[in-house]
Amino acid sequence: MKVLAAMSGGVDSAVAAARAVDAGHDVTGVHLALSRMPGIFRSGSRGCCTVEDSLDARRAAGLLGIPFYVWDFSAQFTEAVVDDFISEYSAGRTPNPCMRCNERIKFAALLDRAIELGFDAVVTGHYANVETAADGTPELHRASAWAKDQSYVLGVLSADQLRHSMFPLGDTPSKDLVRAEADRRGLSVANKPDSHDICFIPEGDTRDWLADRIPMEPGKVLDTDGNVVGSHDGALSYTVGQRKGLNLGVPAADGRPRFVVTVKPQTNEVVVGSRADLDIAEIGGARVSWAGNDPVRSGYAEPTDGGFTAFDCEVQIRAHADPVPAIAEQCVGEIIVRPTTPLNGVATGQTAVLYVGTRVVGQFTIDRTVSATVLAT
Amino acid sequence: MAYFDFAATAPMSNDVIAAWEFAVRQPGNASATHRDGQKSRLLWEEGRENIARSFGAKPFDVTMTGSGTEAINLAIKGLWWGRNADGARTRILTTEAEHHAALDAVNWLAEHESATVEFIALDEFGMIDVNDLRGRLSDDVALVTSLWVNNEIGTVQPIEDIVAAAAEHGVPVHMDAVAAWGHVPVSFDESGLAAMSVSAHKIGGPVGVGALAVARGWNVVPSIHGGSQQRLRSGSLDVAGTYAAGIAATVAHDHVLNSIAQTGALAQRLADGLRDTIPGVVFRGHPASRTVDNVHITVPGLDTVSAMFLLDELGHSVSAGSACQAGVNSPSHVLRAIGVSDSEGPLRFTLGRSTTESDIDDLLAVLPAIIERTRTLA
Repeated sequence: MKVLAAMSGGVDSAVAAARAVDAGHDVTGVHLALSRMPGIFRSGSRGCCTVEDSLDARRAAGLLGIPFYVWDFSAQFTEAVVDDFISEYSAGRTPNPCMRCNERIKFAALLDRAIELGFDAVVTGHYANVETAADGTPELHRASAWAKDQSYVLGVLSADQLRHSMFPLGDTPSKDLVRAEADRRGLSVANKPDSHDICFIPEGDTRDWLADRIPMEPGKVLDTDGNVVGSHDGALSYTVGQRKGLNLGVPAADGRPRFVVTVKPQTNEVVVGSRADLDIAEIGGARVSWAGNDPVRSGYAEPTDGGFTAFDCEVQIRAHADPVPAIAEQCVGEIIVRPTTPLNGVATGQTAVLYVGTRVVGQFTIDRTVSATVLAT
Repeated sequence: MAYFDFAATAPMSNDVIAAWEFAVRQPGNASATHRDGQKSRLLWEEGRENIARSFGAKPFDVTMTGSGTEAINLAIKGLWWGRNADGARTRILTTEAEHHAALDAVNWLAEHESATVEFIALDEFGMIDVNDLRGRLSDDVALVTSLWVNNEIGTVQPIEDIVAAAAEHGVPVHMDAVAAWGHVPVSFDESGLAAMSVSAHKIGGPVGVGALAVARGWNVVPSIHGGSQQRLRSGSLDVAGTYAAGIAATVAHDHVLNSIAQTGALAQRLADGLRDTIPGVVFRGHPASRTVDNVHITVPGLDTVSAMFLLDELGHSVSAGSACQAGVNSPSHVLRAIGVSDSEGPLRFTLGRSTTESDIDDLLAVLPAIIERTRTLA
């Protein structure tokens, strides 16, 4: 196959490209320039699109003997990922920009261009597996090494996108083996640190970065009964589950720690409550996509007028959260998921990925949550 | 497959490579007094003489540098400092279509010294409006600096008019002649210029060899201090690079005088083919006052990156024309300066002595289809 390897300058994408070469594919490397004003140096785990990263990617491609290009997607990235991140936060939601990048840039803008230019697939260094269902439809599965599994951030891919995706690291038992392989291949990125933070926030402080871009007004901090217990400098700089930095004047009646339970941008209010108030018994959302066959075609559920009947699955609400057993159904278009044990600290805007076994069934953006304490009363 | 990016780097001929290899085997620092040093010095002087002769300057007035960019920086900063011992002539007149070597140098002077930078009006072909220049000139101008030939779109500036206008106010003119040398006849001593910069790898010499000619009577303040190997630049003399560049300069000079019309005919063949096959194509740069070996087009809606990829896959090396940072072609400041929208995708084809008719025909056999395929992707 003729494939395009997206090379970030990190060890995973370099080894993924190398394995694609070994497998006999006709490989071309491409580094995505996502910022018009890239930083020069990489610092620790921060960022993934500095000039140094671009040169690391070029060097790796050179060692593999494959052609290499830098393609500028900074305009698309700014619009689809950075501006979206700001507007989601402005609306009081907590978005996942890496998923948005996979959805709109890597497996959309890049993949579209790749297909137009005659490539069969895009290769990335994600840890996940693509398998094929009995009817030939592709399925997305967790990586063999659960500790490195990145299927969550790929949960947004459609069957068509999966058909043109290749994840050569998916069956690797551990990251250490990938580093050792990079070292054996003479790739200088073998010992480069992993990137964890949001690539376009180089300082790593999301609050500060947002404060420079979203107007913040002081407002009230309320308890779950609606009593004013403090003030804040801007509701949008708080996130659900946050405990530190609340500076509340009035102690909780039970003397226990308090957490941010809800952020209300419309009224510029922050609601705090106990740890139990963070427990979420139900989540719902209408912005849904299926990674391959939907639950009905997969045989998990029966179709109904507004969706499908309930089926057993697992729900995961963060890239590194544990999956929780749950029941999912679709009513009047909305996906409703009830975990068997409450989810902790869920913010609207987050993505819920549904799994059956190792398979990613699909994902939806959480539009509403129902607290376990509310549901109990 | 063929090479159409001579303006980025013109390949070295076997003669130039042989000259470089011959000179690099000569031991001895060219500033040393022993006979080995003297032999090295002789090769360096011979190289500089050939270079100076090719653009009509006296060898002693030519300072060899490590790049065209270094020559341009030395000229602009050196003339500015030389004119501002008393801080009375801080204005720099230039254009928005300069190479970054000049733009970044004048901006540096504005940020770190007391320079003010003014942009002379350009027409749609990138040609300097000499009346606008005349209106801006006065005796508080430190210098005028411009490209002799625009490296992207090939427009040749009206040098005589620019120099005459500046001379009325005693203002020195520096020309970035990197894209002129080896493409149009250049005679420094006759031009009336105060300073002129060139670069060897653009004419088939080695990368890492530049030169600055400075007319007598102008004070250029050096930036690189040390062993005073040259009056305006310290640092050991690059014997092999200068010697090889001298051979390349002699060949390029002969090409300008005797054979560039043949290259021009091939460029015309390419332009005719493009005009006939690509709807909406616009040829950029001045239609008459231009280098004959540059064909620069823009096509509405063309995704230049994709077109360049498909051409590269077939072995055709072409350019977007604009400056490259970390491998990304940024939108061209030259095209913006002459009022071209970013939605117009550019492609630059620059030809050289080794370009053949079949190179052009091979390119024309695939280019229209590639442009048609990629013009809607942007």
